[in-house]
Amino acid sequence: MKSAICVFPGSNCDRDIAVALAKRAKHAPLMVWHKDTELPKVDLIILPGGFSYGDYLRTGCMAAHSPIMKEVVARAKAGVWVLGICNGFQILTETGLLPGTLMYNASRKFICREVYVKVERCAPPFTSAYKRGEPQSIYIAHHAGNYQASRDMLARLEDENRIALRYCDAQGKSDMASANPNGSANHIAGIVNVEGNILGMMPHPERNADPALSPSLSGAPLFDSLLAC
Amino acid sequence: MKAEIIITLKEAVRDPQGQAIAKALDRMGFAAISKVRQGKHIEIELNHQDKEQAHHQIQSMCEKFLVNPVIEDYQIVIDSH
Repeated sequence: MKSAICVFPGSNCDRDIAVALAKRAKHAPLMVWHKDTELPKVDLIILPGGFSYGDYLRTGCMAAHSPIMKEVVARAKAGVWVLGICNGFQILTETGLLPGTLMYNASRKFICREVYVKVERCAPPFTSAYKRGEPQSIYIAHHAGNYQASRDMLARLEDENRIALRYCDAQGKSDMASANPNGSANHIAGIVNVEGNILGMMPHPERNADPALSPSLSGAPLFDSLLAC
Repeated sequence: MKAEIIITLKEAVRDPQGQAIAKALDRMGFAAISKVRQGKHIEIELNHQDKEQAHHQIQSMCEKFLVNPVIEDYQIVIDSH
């Protein structure tokens, strides 16, 4: 599997995801600068976490108009897998590749801690190695992870089984507000596009893929899923 | 000419920053505040002579870049002097 990581000014999880991917996938991903306009042939494109362009105007908004993004959008539409983590998810909504938007957390606080999410869509390429509904302890680190979309779009995401990840409690339940760290509609932590080749998620799988960082290796199955494809 | 764009959150959208401002103002002793909403204000200077053309261009900027239509509304004010 060949992958490329897009690096924007202000990205700060690009190295982490590169290390995690290199370790699990046994290959070094290509690092692509945002000013590049061409991408080599790859199976997976990653938009990493961080604070691209200092979150100017809206989170992910400036990066969505970076030169490299034209090629990313074209590849995504051609079926190449695209994974947006945290700021990468925000960039994906700003490009329109994923619906909705990520607003500031309802608590107004930056949240950096492990929370529980459950994988509700266990399907290739991203999540086939997870057990459906099993609570996973995973890091979030964001100020704007409060997912919102129109009522119609939320209903559509539910109906089409496009909510890949949902915040929950340690028992896997999502019916309590206390199991929702940021105020996201329907406890949404990650969604896919209609075709399923684009995943946007607020949690950081790269922070939960090495026992030196956390005893919870809940991010590892995501890399294993990609490798199994 | 100068264009001003006022971007506000849609009425139905919760505004955590506005709520924080309201709380702070209340703590400072400003009484009788029932609601605060925070938005953005952008000024753009243009070399257009034609007001309608300028408006059209600014509207396009709003739709393509400056405004997120999922959560935001906007108003354009053009000052031709």
